[in-house]
Amino acid sequence: MDFVTLQEAVQLYPLLIFMILAAVVAVETKDLLSSVIAVGAAGLGLSVAFLILKAPDLAITQLVVEILCLILLIRATIKRDIPSLNRGTDYARLISALIFVLIFLFFGYFALRELPPFGKPYLKVATEYLNQGLSKTGAANLVTSVILDFRGYDTLGEATVLFTAVMGVIVVLRKIGRIKK
Amino acid sequence: MKEPEQGMTLIVKVITRLTVGFILLFGIYIVLHGHLSPGGGFAGGVIVALSFIHLILAYGGKFAFKKLDQIKASFLENIGAIMFLTIALLGIIGGFFFLNFLNKGEPFHLASAGIIPFCNIAICLKVGAGLFLIFIALTLFKIGEKKR
Repeated sequence: MDFVTLQEAVQLYPLLIFMILAAVVAVETKDLLSSVIAVGAAGLGLSVAFLILKAPDLAITQLVVEILCLILLIRATIKRDIPSLNRGTDYARLISALIFVLIFLFFGYFALRELPPFGKPYLKVATEYLNQGLSKTGAANLVTSVILDFRGYDTLGEATVLFTAVMGVIVVLRKIGRIKK
Repeated sequence: MKEPEQGMTLIVKVITRLTVGFILLFGIYIVLHGHLSPGGGFAGGVIVALSFIHLILAYGGKFAFKKLDQIKASFLENIGAIMFLTIALLGIIGGFFFLNFLNKGEPFHLASAGIIPFCNIAICLKVGAGLFLIFIALTLFKIGEKKR
């Protein structure tokens, strides 16, 4: 039995095509505000895709982080005086990019053929988490039991990364101690 | 004479006044039920941060800073980080790092899963305060500089 059923595939593939289109628009459009909105559309599509693939935790997180990033991008970036991006066509760059994409596709084809089928991981430890998660941690939500109990180290590292990032932003952008012109 | 008003129009302010409490409450709900239903510390923390950002967008920075200013936010973030690390270190008393030393309780009840709800609260404080700080650093610090 396939992991993705036909019904899910019917819902999923138009969504994926929509996300790819939104990403292409985000890269190619000249107007910066349209670009930011297209990024938001792609993120929203990703959130719905997580929901279809039965990962509501990820869908919630993706949605709220996407909203926050969109507000940040609009408030912090758009107000500066770069309303549009102008770039000319450079044929040498275009050709080298095409060659790179072809090489990537060539090797990617061989690499992707060796991957395990979707939803059937080789790792045996995942099965252990699924079978013993409830009895070992007592948490009904298995995702939480993995990220806070079995993989607590990872979450601690993640929290440290976020802490360092916030500290860096505050230190770089602080008002106190800035040289006045 | 009234002071010149900050923030957006009256319509936005009224709607914000009605909704912001519910958004904050929903974030807290997501955090506290992290071990039972989808969600958890990170998602709930972002929603809590978004409720304060909602206030800033509608009412302007001055009003929102009365509720939560930069110093309180950074204090809360540090508390969250220290709380998470302390919970992890307390496990060493029972045997090893990140040991679930509390009573597991009955599954599907709010008071279950040992340390996991406390970890969720710690992560919520950290993520919420941290993202709020990033927001005010990237937007308000710059506006303050322009006025000078």
